[in-house]
Amino acid sequence: MNTLNDLIAAARRQAVAGPLADTRAEGARVMGICNSCRYCEGYCAVFPAMERRVEFSGADLDFLANLCHNCGACYYACQYAPPHAFGVNVPRALARLRLQSYERFAWPRGLAGLYRRQGTAIAFALALALALFFALAIALAGPRGFVSAHAGAGSFYAVLPHGLMVAIFGASFLFSLAALAVGAVRCWREINVPGPNAAPASSAATAQATRDALTLRYLDGGGDGCYVQNGLDFAPTSQRRLLHHLLFYGFLLCFAATGVGTIYHYGFGRQAPYGSFSLPTLLGTAGGLGIVAGAAGLLWLRRVRDEALADPAQAPLDRGLLHLLLWTAASGLLLALLRVSPLMPTLLAVHLGFVLAFFLLLPYGKFVHGVYRSLALAKHAREARTPNPVGFADS
Amino acid sequence: MGLPVGDVDVLVAGGGNAALAAALTAREAGASVLLLEASPKLWRGGNSQHTRNLRCMHAAPEDVLTDAYSEDEYFDDLLRVTGGRTDEALARLTIRSSAQVRRWMRAHGVRFQPSLGGTLHLARTNAFFLGGGKALVNTYYQAAQRLGVKVHYDAEVEDVEIEDGRFRAAQVRHDGATLRMPARSFVAAAGGFESNREWLREAWGEAADNFLIRGTRFNQGRLLRALLARGAQAIGDPTQCHAVAIDARAPLYDGGIVTRLDCVSLGIVVNREAQRFYDEGEDFWPKRYAIWGRLVAQQPEQLAFSIIDSKALGRFMPPVFEGYRAGSIVELAGTLGLDAGRLRATVERFNAAVQPGRFDHALLDDCATAGLSPAKTHWARELDAPPYFGFPLRPGITFTYLGVKIDEQARVQLASGKIASNLFAAGEIMAGNVLGQGYLAGIGMTIGTVFGRIAGAEAASAALRTAGAR
Repeated sequence: MNTLNDLIAAARRQAVAGPLADTRAEGARVMGICNSCRYCEGYCAVFPAMERRVEFSGADLDFLANLCHNCGACYYACQYAPPHAFGVNVPRALARLRLQSYERFAWPRGLAGLYRRQGTAIAFALALALALFFALAIALAGPRGFVSAHAGAGSFYAVLPHGLMVAIFGASFLFSLAALAVGAVRCWREINVPGPNAAPASSAATAQATRDALTLRYLDGGGDGCYVQNGLDFAPTSQRRLLHHLLFYGFLLCFAATGVGTIYHYGFGRQAPYGSFSLPTLLGTAGGLGIVAGAAGLLWLRRVRDEALADPAQAPLDRGLLHLLLWTAASGLLLALLRVSPLMPTLLAVHLGFVLAFFLLLPYGKFVHGVYRSLALAKHAREARTPNPVGFADS
Repeated sequence: MGLPVGDVDVLVAGGGNAALAAALTAREAGASVLLLEASPKLWRGGNSQHTRNLRCMHAAPEDVLTDAYSEDEYFDDLLRVTGGRTDEALARLTIRSSAQVRRWMRAHGVRFQPSLGGTLHLARTNAFFLGGGKALVNTYYQAAQRLGVKVHYDAEVEDVEIEDGRFRAAQVRHDGATLRMPARSFVAAAGGFESNREWLREAWGEAADNFLIRGTRFNQGRLLRALLARGAQAIGDPTQCHAVAIDARAPLYDGGIVTRLDCVSLGIVVNREAQRFYDEGEDFWPKRYAIWGRLVAQQPEQLAFSIIDSKALGRFMPPVFEGYRAGSIVELAGTLGLDAGRLRATVERFNAAVQPGRFDHALLDDCATAGLSPAKTHWARELDAPPYFGFPLRPGITFTYLGVKIDEQARVQLASGKIASNLFAAGEIMAGNVLGQGYLAGIGMTIGTVFGRIAGAEAASAALRTAGAR
């Protein structure tokens, strides 16, 4: 029986995670076990997408990893989760793959390391941006102008000229947009490989993917919601989905406020700050409140969430983006509130510092998850409209 | 932590589906309930954590069930697999209740999904739990917490006191000590004895040493043995169980669903002597997998090998362990530790006996052997397209059928002929009443849920009657 015993031992090694298991090997191992089980098929898009594959290439894994919304349902339902010897933890295995995919898609590649040094990156970007705006404001408005009250339309631009702001933010925003676009192209090329799961574009698929992204459909764990605390003792909730909606739609409202402001500025010659009941102020206030509530709520949920579901290496990414958004929004709200006070120039510099730091790190932080997940949803919506290429005779 | 020894209406032994159904039902009927699960919390739920569906009768398409599945058809299916070894009254009670039971399950948080990829053949008869049995178990434990059922882990009922046909108290092993826990009524829902190697050996002899256990390591059968020793009437045969042929490389316990191997009907199966021993193509695999555990158990060293060639690839559910691969049958024999000459002769004999036909794995096709014993009656194709793959097989026991005899109120019948008035049984520990042999996919969870609910309701009512009488 030696032969068989040797083989048994080898097979056990194959199915049991080692501490040094490479992320992709672990992803393929876990998906292999899941593909033989399939109990979690109803939870989200990951498992139906998995069932269209027999082997899991790096591209397949990047696709599945970015498709996962980390709701945690499959982990608590898993008969092979620790303490089982198979040690299956799909949310964590896919989270690790996601981080690696962010790094691989990053442009320029030299900045990919920022994902792993997020704390340093944020501190550096923030210090730089704050220093820049304080120095500019003090230099341009003069030390006295910097600590006195300003009032009326154009008062922001008395501290920092409009053209200068446009130049700084325009340049940084365009750079970040370009970096995000390159990342998106790299991601799409990776996950949309030719092969049995190549599928044509269709407006129905695009509409489906857009709906799935905007509603965070797969953060509902198949209907009951997303797990925060451990699923042995606690039921899933809709908290994460709601808070993410507040955050994301708050962000969109702030974006809309900026857009309307731009139209006011160039189209009608009306200069910021705008009145309390003007459209940009209303949109910005609602959006800012949404971001503050959403970001603060998600930060709090992070503290109570079962750590089994997360990749510890990514905690700084999550916290970093949430804090940048939270303090950008909070300083913006405060600025709107105190826009006619001696604190205005200081608050303006602080707010602009946060906005700039946020813009600069857009392509090198958690923000990219939205881009890559949307692309994965698009890929899934396309291939799900074609027959499963791995059709077993179901006898 | 010591166990509270206090005033308990209903004591439930067990922590899987049947025990939870009983505990929830008894609690909702107004009884105080204490549930004792032998395993630690992380392993709770017994074999239920590995299940995925239950078989339901229904008159018309329902949410996740297609078409209809009548009581008579369900009963006929049961008669066929058990060869008539079933209690018709209890079987029909199970079947009729299965039509109602999902509403109750949903009300306690269980959700259903359409039949999984690769299980279309069950879409009509079996309702799948979203996330599988462990999700169901978690849901029930959370419901128990909400309702105020007390739950203790690492608490195994080792013995019971039965006096004058009445349950008095249980002896519970917890934290290195044994405690006496009295209660007004008792539900035995602690599973079978498949994890107890010594007991398996009593039934199967030395062959039992080579059995793998597909489910929990905690089904030691201590409560079953205690009940039988204290006068409960036994039902079923200790050698009868739900056993399938699984990958021999599976872990000893809790290998669950992924260790199954679905390529048997696509190739040949040989034993240690490199001889075929049964018709691999007798019927569709889902109708035959349940007999292969026993078939492999009857082979030398309880070992067999499923051998396929590359034509079979992609035609069966992906196995969790890759097959051993070889460029020739002789090389494969070496890899598998089989006699190369004999395996080659077996394959040559098989190939020579294969008749022309139109292969279709979705039908009972006309590809068969001629003049070969045992014949392969469907899907017989020559093994001639390398690479070849070999999968070692062992018997994998899912659950045992020896149990205690009960009546329609789930009351335990005593060998003396009496019925115990406050002693109930549910789940695997009484499944033998319905399943004398064979297996029908999903009926284990149906039996557990139906009799769990009956036992819970009856136990609560018996306890509250006693409490009221004092």
